Amino acid sequence: MFGNLSERLVETFKGLRAKGKLSAADIDSTLREIRRALLEADVALEVVKTFIAAVRERALGDEVSKALNPAQQVVQIVQEELIVILGGEARRIQFAKNPPTVIMLAGLQGSGKTTLAGKLALWLKEQGQTPLLVACDLQRPNAVNQLQVIGERVGVPVFAPEAGNGSGNPVNVAKDSIKHATQKQFSVVIVDTAGRLGIDEELMKQANDIRKATDPDEVLFVIDSMIGQDAVNVAKAFEDGVGITGVVLTKLDGDARGGAALSVAQVTGKPILFSSTGEGMDAFEPFYPDRMASRILDMGDILTLIEQAQKSFDEQEAMAMAEKMAKDAFTLEDFLEQMQQIKKMGSIKNMLAMMPGAGKLKGQLDNIDEKEIDHTEAIIRAMTPKERRDPKILNGSRRLRIAKGSGMTVTDVNSLVNRFEQAAKMMKTMAKGGNPGIPGMPPGMGRAAMPKQNKGKAKKGSKSGNPAKRAAEIAGIQPPKQGNAGSSFGLGG
Amino acid sequence: MFWRKKNKAAEQAVVQEPEVIVSEVIEESIAPAPEAVVEETSIPNEIPPVEEPVVEETLAEEPVVEETLAEEPVVEEVADEEAPVELVKVELPKRTLTQGFKAVFSRIKFDVENLEELEDVLIQADFGVQAAEDIVSEVKSRAKRAGARTEAELKQILTELLSEKLSRTDSALNLDSGAQPYVILVVGVNGAGKTTTIGKLANYLVEGGAKVTLGAADTFRAAAVEQLETWASRSNSEVVKPNIEGQDPAAVAYEAVEKAIANGSDVLIIDTAGRLQNKQGLMDELGKIRRVIEKQLPISEVLLVLDSTTGQNAMTQAKAFTEVAAVTGIALTKLDGSAKGGIVYAIQDQLDIPVKLVGVGEGINDFGFFDAKDFASGLVGEK
Repeated sequence: MFGNLSERLVETFKGLRAKGKLSAADIDSTLREIRRALLEADVALEVVKTFIAAVRERALGDEVSKALNPAQQVVQIVQEELIVILGGEARRIQFAKNPPTVIMLAGLQGSGKTTLAGKLALWLKEQGQTPLLVACDLQRPNAVNQLQVIGERVGVPVFAPEAGNGSGNPVNVAKDSIKHATQKQFSVVIVDTAGRLGIDEELMKQANDIRKATDPDEVLFVIDSMIGQDAVNVAKAFEDGVGITGVVLTKLDGDARGGAALSVAQVTGKPILFSSTGEGMDAFEPFYPDRMASRILDMGDILTLIEQAQKSFDEQEAMAMAEKMAKDAFTLEDFLEQMQQIKKMGSIKNMLAMMPGAGKLKGQLDNIDEKEIDHTEAIIRAMTPKERRDPKILNGSRRLRIAKGSGMTVTDVNSLVNRFEQAAKMMKTMAKGGNPGIPGMPPGMGRAAMPKQNKGKAKKGSKSGNPAKRAAEIAGIQPPKQGNAGSSFGLGG
Repeated sequence: MFWRKKNKAAEQAVVQEPEVIVSEVIEESIAPAPEAVVEETSIPNEIPPVEEPVVEETLAEEPVVEETLAEEPVVEEVADEEAPVELVKVELPKRTLTQGFKAVFSRIKFDVENLEELEDVLIQADFGVQAAEDIVSEVKSRAKRAGARTEAELKQILTELLSEKLSRTDSALNLDSGAQPYVILVVGVNGAGKTTTIGKLANYLVEGGAKVTLGAADTFRAAAVEQLETWASRSNSEVVKPNIEGQDPAAVAYEAVEKAIANGSDVLIIDTAGRLQNKQGLMDELGKIRRVIEKQLPISEVLLVLDSTTGQNAMTQAKAFTEVAAVTGIALTKLDGSAKGGIVYAIQDQLDIPVKLVGVGEGINDFGFFDAKDFASGLVGEK
């Protein structure tokens, strides 16, 4: 339905790069796209408005007009500002001077409090603490039971004097748990509370009572990363009703862009301490503002991708290859070698999944046949060295032999040879500085031959030395935009 | 719509004296869960659908039903509309949005050309940028055509537009797929409210006189089976549990179907583990559960439980779950909070999946059927 931000910005920036200077109108149209991207990522409207205003101010200033690539600079500012809001005050759990440290969890129903309590307990245990889980969710059927099972899984004792399911007073349980923890010398007490709505005054008062009874060192607001515009209301309600000291973002292993993180951080001014990222009890980590900023903007993990690509492509090899191609000495042996390099980078699907906006390409990604590389390899390996160097000698009987030897059909062999010839021709043109179309290249094949060639070309002043871009091209998926996104934002190589 | 093949007597009783039964239920649900918000308004609505036991099978068995038929010649449509109209009333979110809309119309001088604030309000209700833009431009053009000037006129146009777009003929629960027991498969992401929704739905069906079996195929989350058991005992339905902890959910589903057939259930509701839609392995598992059930019985409904606080990701959820599990309807939960669930507009519009149920609290009676008109007028603040 919508392209990702990177794509749309590339569109906006078309013809802008040549300008070197941005007019106020240019900046506004860029910011409009960013506004939309943020809203689609579920950042609350009021937060988007103040945010965009702040960015606009900075973007209109000297900073941008003096920059080498102003468009890039705007995006840079956006990302910086995002990171500031998300992690302005990065900090860790505050432990009490006199144990036990009390950590209270609060949030809406289904935000993941009980599971998180277990994860947090395990994490603290690994840090050398002796945590105690306290079951104060006496409302949801079997929430107490759930916490007991979780406690067992992570090997942390659970304080659960009440069976729950609607009976018992959570405030008393909380109060008693502190006494219990002091007596038994637990160093941290994690209080799991019932999910409640921000507008439910009675339950908010109860949460506040639990807070008063336990005097917690941390009140962590647990929020689902899939939450939409309502995040602001909910965050405000919990901040006003209970008073929170930090935020935990759950279900970040989903594909929500998680704009709520920004809303909550902005509205409450409280830091996001942790993120919960999977089903396992150890899927729990400190929060990384920079990653979150990229995620909200849907920029993809371009840096990781590039790192990976660079590891597998040997610069010198690439140079030699480019020379060969320019001299028309590109053979099937080289073709095979390239393919092996591609394979070294790992699964093509996985690699493409790291590209910005790849989530939306899921269907297309599934169509990539990783087997095709294997098939091609088999065919080439079934050739004699002479045949590999000079495919022109491949007559009918040789082709039949190769087909039999590789377990493929003669048609497969024919199409490989055809594709190779086209690829070789194309590379020759490109190496000489032309820009040919890419005829008849199936996914995973012809383009596989391109990376090295491009790399070599980059030395000659071509515009694409970016392996990320090439990776996208392998599958023929929206080729130039994806790659450009990285480079034009200053994120790429 | 639906009905079962036995317990005619019980049904008659229910139909004749719904008040008694309802009040009992209220007390019951209050006792174990003092916190539960039991909205009284929601109660009477649970009953009307009971009055339409008009299905061919019943006729053969019970001549008495024909009388019922005579009394109520309008079969499905009546019940469908009756139930939702009042039930959706309990939604609290409407108030919030009502304020939002009021602010729009009071602050700016009404001008068909200047409806940006309307767009803002829609975005804040999670309609999404695209849908908000589309709605605003449609309101503009309709207002122009009608020569609308006043705030009231504009509100009416908006209400009509929303209700028009959201109305559909298939928003009733589909329980006449032929073979009994009717199977309802409940799917969704973690924490959306699947188990709670099942509990409420089971209770509703049992009150209507149906025999209900629940299949506890969420074998992953700690104590999920116990949670479902609690709901089963609250709603007087049976439950089929895994034999060992962490059993293959598809196996549990299969056994649940066997058991439901054997014990002569009218409806079988199968709970599944919450799964994020981008976890391929888990989604494949869901596909397997579905195939395993279909080996024995057709599935009448695949309900996707959607948390109304969810933002634009709900669209991705709906798409992914539809792909794997052929979702036939949406249960929109937690509408008693401050969220408005505007994303269902885009989901119905783009994916053609009707919203069927609405959850408004943790009490056993806190749910209703979706009604487009009510939803629209609630959002706009028109009554």
